[in-house]
Amino acid sequence: MSSITYLEAIRLAQQRALKEDPRVFIYGQDVGVFGGAFKATKNLSKEFPGRVLDAPISEDAMVGLAIGAAVEGMRPIVEMQFADFSTCGFNQIVNQAATLHYRTGIPCPIVVRLPSGGTPGSGPFHSQSMEAIYAHYPGLVVMTPATVEDAYTMLLEAVALEDPVIFCEHKFLYYHLKAESLPATVGEALPFGKARIARPGRDATIVAYSAMVHEALAAAEELIQDGYDIEVVDLRTVRPIDTDTILASVARTGRLLVVGEAWPWGGVAAEVISRVATEGFGLLDAPPQRLNAKETPVPYHPALWGTHRPTASSVANSLRQLLEL
Amino acid sequence: MPAAKSPKTKRSQIKSSQGNSADTAARELLRRAYRTMLEARLLEEKLAALYRSGKIVGGVFLGRGQEALSVALGVHLRRGDIYAPLIRDQAGRLAFGDTILDTLRTYLGSSLGSMRGRDGNIHRGRPSEGYHAMISHLGAMVSTVCGGLVAKRFRGEKSAVGATCIGEGGTSTGSFHEGMNMAAVENLPLVVVVANNQYSYSTPNDRQFACSDLLSKATGYGVVGHRATGNDLLDCLGVIGEAVAAARRGEGPQLVVADLLRLVGHGEHDDASYIPEAMKKSPLGRDCLELARQSLIEREWLSKEEAVSWHEAVEKEVEETSSKVLREPPPDPAEEDWNAFASPSLGRNL
Ligand SMILES: Cc1ncc(C[n+]2csc(CCOP(=O)(O)OP(=O)(O)O)c2C)c(N)n1
Repeated sequence: MSSITYLEAIRLAQQRALKEDPRVFIYGQDVGVFGGAFKATKNLSKEFPGRVLDAPISEDAMVGLAIGAAVEGMRPIVEMQFADFSTCGFNQIVNQAATLHYRTGIPCPIVVRLPSGGTPGSGPFHSQSMEAIYAHYPGLVVMTPATVEDAYTMLLEAVALEDPVIFCEHKFLYYHLKAESLPATVGEALPFGKARIARPGRDATIVAYSAMVHEALAAAEELIQDGYDIEVVDLRTVRPIDTDTILASVARTGRLLVVGEAWPWGGVAAEVISRVATEGFGLLDAPPQRLNAKETPVPYHPALWGTHRPTASSVANSLRQLLEL
Repeated sequence: MPAAKSPKTKRSQIKSSQGNSADTAARELLRRAYRTMLEARLLEEKLAALYRSGKIVGGVFLGRGQEALSVALGVHLRRGDIYAPLIRDQAGRLAFGDTILDTLRTYLGSSLGSMRGRDGNIHRGRPSEGYHAMISHLGAMVSTVCGGLVAKRFRGEKSAVGATCIGEGGTSTGSFHEGMNMAAVENLPLVVVVANNQYSYSTPNDRQFACSDLLSKATGYGVVGHRATGNDLLDCLGVIGEAVAAARRGEGPQLVVADLLRLVGHGEHDDASYIPEAMKKSPLGRDCLELARQSLIEREWLSKEEAVSWHEAVEKEVEETSSKVLREPPPDPAEEDWNAFASPSLGRNL
C-alpha cells in the first residue's frame, strides 16, 4: 500500500466490518452505488450487494431503523451526510438508542458516522462539531479519531461495541491525513477508551481530539523555539473520557490547555477542566485554560473560518500565555 | 359453557357456505378478543383506582373505548412478529403476550417488573421478544419497527410482520412521515393502525390536520389503506386481519385508519370536558366492549352467564395480582449499578 488517507481508512474499516461480520450493514443517503457524498462507501455496495442501502432524506427514520435492526441482532452503520444533519435524527439517538439498554436490558449496537468539523467554505450547516451534545447523554459512546490508524481501528471497535457509538470523523482530515499502512489488529496499541500521548513533553499539557490534535502538535513544534517542551494528549474518545491519562499528564507538566474545535459552552474542554480542577487541583501550577471556536455559527468565508476555529498559531499564543501565568 | 354449545350448531346452519372449522376459528378468535378486551378494561379500571388512591407514581393513560381496535391488531400477530404498541393499547399488549402481572408491576414500580422501575406505565416491553418498549416521542416507533423488519429480511425470515399503532395526533409528527415513507420505499411488511379518536389530548382534529380524510395519506405514501369502524370489534378484526395478512403475503405496508372516541380523559388527571356531549352520544361514542359483548351473545358465541363468569374471573385475577404486586419491593437505589452502558468495560470512568 502506498499511502492511505483518513477517508480511505474509514472506507476500509467498513469494508472489513462488512466482510467479517454478516450482521453489519450500511444505511445512509447516497451511500449505495454512488458511494456516499465523500465516497466513504465507494464500491462497497458492489462488493456487498444488498448490504449498503440508500436511505431517503429521513435522519430520524434512518436512526430509528438502525435501532430496530440492532434490537433484532444486526450491527448497522448509519452514515449522516454531514454531522450537522444528525440534529434531525437527534431524538432517535438520544431518546431511543441511548436509553434502550438502561430501560430494557437490550443493547443497542449501532454506529452513527458523523462527518464532522469545519472545512473552508462550508459555512454554518456543513461544519459543526457535535461531540459535546452527544457526549452529554449517558448511554452513548462518542469517538473522535485524530489519526488514520485510529479512524480505522476505532471504527472497527465501534462496530464491535454493544453500545451506540457516535463516530465523529473529521472532514478536514479526510484527505489531509495519510498513513503508510493500517494496523492489522484492533485495540492492540491502545485499548478502547484510552487516550494517547501524541507528543511527550514536560512544560505544559495540551488536551485535544480530532483535527485539533494536529493544530496542537504544530503549536508544540512552534514552542520549541521558545525553549518549551509541550505534551499533547489525544483523547481519541470523548466519552468515555480517559481522566487518568489527563491527570497523569498534568501531574508531569503542571499546566493545562484544552483545545476543541466546538464551541466552549458546556463542551468537552469544559468537562476536561472540570475534572482536572476537581480531581487534580493540587497538580496545577497555573489556572487551566481552554481554547475553542468563537461563539458564533461557523462562518462560510475561509478568511473568517480560519480565525473562528483554533489554529496552530492561536494555540501557540494560548500556550505562551499559559506558560507565563 | 353449556349454553355456548347450541349456538355453534345454529350458527353453522345459518352460514352454510362456510365450513365448520372456519366458523369455529372465527368464533374462537372473537371470544379470545373479547376476553382480552375485558381483561384490559378491568385491569385499567383497577389502574385508575390505584391512581386515585395515590399508589401509582406518575401518570395513568388508559385506552377505554379503544380496546376493540387495539386487540384486533394484537390477536392477529404471532410469535416472531414485531409489535410496538402505544398509549392506548393495553388490549393489544395483552393479546400479544404481555401480562396483567407485568402491567401492574410496571405501573406500581415493582422491581420485579420488566422495566425494573427504570421506566413506567405504558413505556414497557420486551424487545427481545419482538415487543418494543415505546419511547414517549410520538412517531418514533414506526421506523424502529421498520428496522426490525429489515433485520428479518436480512436473515431471510419471510413471513413476519411488524405493527405499530398511533393516534391521529401522532400522524402529524415528522417521525411518522419519515417512517411511513421509509417503510414504503423498502416495501416492508408493516401494519400501522391509526386510532382517530378525534382529540389529541385536548386538540380537535381541525387543529391537527387539514386533509378531509386521514386515509388519503396512504395514497400519498404509496401504501395500501384500510378503514375500520373503531368501536366495532368484528369490523376491526376483519379489516386488521386482512391488513396483517396482506403484509404477510408481501404486499407491503398497510395503513389502517379507524374512527372512534376515547371514553376517558387523555390521562387520569384529565376529565375530557373538551369533548362535546353530542359527540359522546353519537355512534362514535358507543362502547366497543359492550357492543362486542352484545354481538357475541347475539350470535350465541357467548352466553350471558359466561360473560358474567368471565367478568368475575378477570376481576378476581386483577385484584389478586394487584395485592400481590403491592407487596413487592420497589427498586433499591443502593442496588442499582447506575450505568447506562451495555459494554462491561464502560461502567466506570466515563
Ligand atoms: C413528539 C411528542 N410531542 C408531544 C407529546 C406529548 N403528548 C403525549 S400524548 C399527546 C397526544 C397524542 O394524541 P394522539 O396521537 O391523537 O393519541 P391519543 O392520545 O389521542 O391516543 C401528546 C401531545 C409526545 N408524547 N410526543
